[in-house]
Amino acid sequence: MIGEDEVKKIALLSHLNLEEGESVSLANELNSILGYVDKLQKLDTTSVEPTSHVHGSKNIMRPDVTSPSMPTELALSNTPELSGRFIKVPIIIEQNGEN
Amino acid sequence: MTDVTSLSIAEINSGLVSKSFSSRELTQAYLERIEKLKSLNCYIEVCGESALKAADECDQMIKSGRRLPLLGVPIAIKDVITTKGIRTTCASKMLKDFIPPYDATAIIKMRENGGFVLGKTNMDEFAMGSSTENSFFGASRNPWDTARVPGGSSGGSAVAVAAALAPASLGSDTGGSVRQPASYCNVVGLKPTYGRISRYGLIAYASSLDQIGIFSRTVADCALLAQSLFGHDPLDSTSVEMAIPDLSKEIKRGIKGLKIGIPKEYLIEGVSKEVLQSVQDALSTLTQLGAEIVDISLPHTEYALACYYILALAEASSNLARYDGIRYGYRSPQARDLKQLYSLSRSEGFGKEVKRRIMVGTYALSAGYYDAYYKRAQQARTLIAQDFRSAFSEQCDVIACPTAPTTAFRIGEQSSDPVQMYLNDIFTVPVNLAGLPGISIPCGFDSQGLPVGLQLIGKPWDEGTLLRAANAYESSTDWHKRFPEV
Repeated sequence: MIGEDEVKKIALLSHLNLEEGESVSLANELNSILGYVDKLQKLDTTSVEPTSHVHGSKNIMRPDVTSPSMPTELALSNTPELSGRFIKVPIIIEQNGEN
Repeated sequence: MTDVTSLSIAEINSGLVSKSFSSRELTQAYLERIEKLKSLNCYIEVCGESALKAADECDQMIKSGRRLPLLGVPIAIKDVITTKGIRTTCASKMLKDFIPPYDATAIIKMRENGGFVLGKTNMDEFAMGSSTENSFFGASRNPWDTARVPGGSSGGSAVAVAAALAPASLGSDTGGSVRQPASYCNVVGLKPTYGRISRYGLIAYASSLDQIGIFSRTVADCALLAQSLFGHDPLDSTSVEMAIPDLSKEIKRGIKGLKIGIPKEYLIEGVSKEVLQSVQDALSTLTQLGAEIVDISLPHTEYALACYYILALAEASSNLARYDGIRYGYRSPQARDLKQLYSLSRSEGFGKEVKRRIMVGTYALSAGYYDAYYKRAQQARTLIAQDFRSAFSEQCDVIACPTAPTTAFRIGEQSSDPVQMYLNDIFTVPVNLAGLPGISIPCGFDSQGLPVGLQLIGKPWDEGTLLRAANAYESSTDWHKRFPEV
């Protein structure tokens, strides 16, 4: 069972803010989902290899050659705030050196 | 002239070539019908102007003698597939103004084969849902009963084909999102083998499970589209170089001696009696056509849904980390620093179900829980895939079962209980976990007049046999010819 505090921690990890009282309802919903998926604990998985990719293919390489890419202007055409060719964001480091 | 909006692609092809109508007239007829049936809310955006322009170009090509499999055919596209210059929203506030600077490979291939975009269809936000109720643009409605859901997440694409608002459409299927709405709406819905259609430009939900799928009125149309879209793409390293048979020829070969497996684990509680009856009748039809029914067992079936929801949500939490308000997508105007920009943009931009899934996925991947949830689910996936492998290698060529445990439910009926909603996918998720091709075809109606779908599951890369079985059934039944009165 996960409680309100754990929900708040998961929200923080997910970069999501919770509204007033939402941690209680989310704890209930998450517990109901986790309660359902808990049946996997019954399964004997000793010496079973995990599957991350169904066809088992890995490390697909292409020749290391340059090719034309998308023009910068087009690539930035959906960016909310630009300053010339640069993406604008709010301050990252506080001026007093904290954060 | 019969109403052109009721024609299959095969019929459209011959109508265009014989000049019974032009692609412009066909497109115009669709645009008028879309306007008339706006209340079904199956399109997020209708591309009237660009579609008519493309239709004119196709008409010119037809005049000059060009022949292509989809030439002059307007196609509806689920709004999770990027279309260059056409807004692609994933039915989310997060991407409500997003105009992709590139086309998905599936779109390029569709265009190369003569098709063009008629509009972008409604869906559950980021393909997370089984009802198309979780859309920023409002719920879509089932044309067989407008108080009911069309299924999801590709509900809009299913409705478009079912209500004659497009001759065919593309969707995406992560755990049943093409097959389940196809079943609820009485159309054909194919999810190909994982790796058959490039995922380049398919906005990611759960990358190891996502696959672009096809909605059509007939199995022959589905084969035509599949032939156009299948193939390796260097831009998607999970797409696979595999021979593609001539599907349109392949589907006509009949099913004498075909072994159809019926998994005993699929006769679970909660499956509607009427759905089971329709599927039972369909099996009798298939037997009469020469198929042999064999009982099989897929012993790990009961773990499939739990396994799916851990893997899909874990992958989703990682995939959706890219929506941070920086490079594209919604940016909160309230943020005072970078951290707030991330969390406010995500909190304001994502809907409730998306947030719920991100949180469950984050939890399953977080320190201390990874082995208990994520790794264990990956191991369960191995066992589930093995079940299918042994059934296919020893006992059968195709597996049959209901597509969904019930027919379409009422709008709002299941939205308060996420687990109940997830149970709609119980027959479809194992197919994605094993990377297999699956198809839903119309196989009857319940006493309320709601469609029932039969799911057929094939061996990896064997869409040929899968479509052949589907076509044999369709050729001896009339379910697919029924249209809803809307």
